[in-house]
Amino acid sequence: MPFYVSPEQSMKDKADYARKGIARGRNSVVIQYDAGILFVAPNPSRALHKVSEIYDRIAFAAVGRYNEYENLRIAGVRYADMRGYQYDRTDVTARSLANWYAQLLGTIFTDSPKPYEVEIVVAEVGAAPDTDQIYRITFDGSVADEHGFVAMGGQADQVTAVLKERYAEGLPLASALGVAIAALSGQDGNGERAEIGASQLEVAVLARDRVHRTFRRVGGSRLENLLAEARPGQVRPVGEPPAAEPGTPTGPDGDATP
Amino acid sequence: MGSDFFGGQFSAACMSAGTSSFADFLSSVAPELLPGGGAQAAAGPAAPRDLPHATTIVALAFDEGVMMAGDRRSTAGSMIAQRDIEKVFRSDEFSCLGIAGVAGIGLELVRLFQLELEHYEKLEGRTLSLEGKANRLAAFVRGNLSGAMQGLVVVPLFAGFDEDSGRGRIFSYDVAGGRYEEHKFHSIGSGSVFAKSSLKKLYRDDMPVRDAVLACMHALYDAADDDSATGGPDMTRRIYPVVAMVGADGFQRLSDAEAGEYAGAVVDERMRAPGGPVAPLLTGGGPNG
Repeated sequence: MPFYVSPEQSMKDKADYARKGIARGRNSVVIQYDAGILFVAPNPSRALHKVSEIYDRIAFAAVGRYNEYENLRIAGVRYADMRGYQYDRTDVTARSLANWYAQLLGTIFTDSPKPYEVEIVVAEVGAAPDTDQIYRITFDGSVADEHGFVAMGGQADQVTAVLKERYAEGLPLASALGVAIAALSGQDGNGERAEIGASQLEVAVLARDRVHRTFRRVGGSRLENLLAEARPGQVRPVGEPPAAEPGTPTGPDGDATP
Repeated sequence: MGSDFFGGQFSAACMSAGTSSFADFLSSVAPELLPGGGAQAAAGPAAPRDLPHATTIVALAFDEGVMMAGDRRSTAGSMIAQRDIEKVFRSDEFSCLGIAGVAGIGLELVRLFQLELEHYEKLEGRTLSLEGKANRLAAFVRGNLSGAMQGLVVVPLFAGFDEDSGRGRIFSYDVAGGRYEEHKFHSIGSGSVFAKSSLKKLYRDDMPVRDAVLACMHALYDAADDDSATGGPDMTRRIYPVVAMVGADGFQRLSDAEAGEYAGAVVDERMRAPGGPVAPLLTGGGPNG
């Protein structure tokens, strides 16, 4: 026999369920740098992407359940290509796409018995940094307009705290990557760190100065070089003496054992 | 199409399982947007005459890949509709296509084909093989068959660099969607008879870039010489043929300045010899050789 469940309880249960699902996965970071927008996600897979191209100047990043955000990604590409085909390529904007995603996720959250366990970011690189747009959309369809950086995932608050501390406007790519990795590896100044290597990272950029399709994956030797450039010194917060690290600064794995 | 076009039904279609083809998606949600879709429904037994037509395209394989060039004229009946139309396009990083026939449908076909390749690439994370691209284009041409029966004929010429075999390849089409691989060189459009005859005499295996561009320019010049619907290089307005090449480094289009230099050289040559370069009558031993 059916029991009565109040709407408050039902929504709360769904939200808790979605949050739990999202918290099981890793966090991701989207951050602005001087020449575009950088996406960093810990992801050992080379084939199943967490960051993808949507359109000329728009990209998509997600955390949570793969099949669900992959479904959203494909829908987003269809939406963007359809709009661009019907009107013009310049008429495809992150704002309209974010609103559309919000409607989709909101409808799924209220109408279907199981909410999507995902959190997504839609970012568009503009002609100048102040016209860049970053939208974060959560499982219930809430949209937030972010500036500078945004973290997704179960531990987004901790990641955001590190980002807030270290982010500055107009960082070069390597420094922005360093900040993102520091935030993702929970390097919060108490000495605890879990270094993430190039093989464990999915990195991509929306490069402002490119024409037509601005999305590029960063991998292989280019990523190695950027990581090497990012690691020594640059990821340290201003004011903290580098002497706290034993050994040479080029060997950050020296004190990896607890 | 109502204001709710990007609303519920459309959202459901986006979220449903489907193929990685944009054309398939388009035909399921908005078939009227397919090239010629509206025209076929609206036009009676025959399409209006004197629609702008695009004319001559040439393509050849050279040592670094493939080259494609097109003149800049479109004609509506006996009138010149446009002097600076572009008929050769980048379809993706490693391929290009040119169109001959009704310009309105042709340009739409190009737009859809470009998007089809990009859409596939975004959804699948890899590009189609060159054969796959050529087959997709064949399906699009066949899709316009009923339009072609009414007189809205469009025929593309497709060329690309095959990354698997490391060489350039050329594909031609008929209105029924027949796909034919061409070797060495090919031409389509109203001036194609003259352009192809010209290329037959000028083409050599493994031509360097410079020779390949000159051969294309000469072929288009010969087409313009004898076909009223093909435009020659317009020296007074500085409108020159579009020349594109696709090699291992991807698609590249000659700048107007570069195309102008080649066109100028060809025109200078024709001032001396209006018929163009003369080919030897025999290259081996002959009756008295």
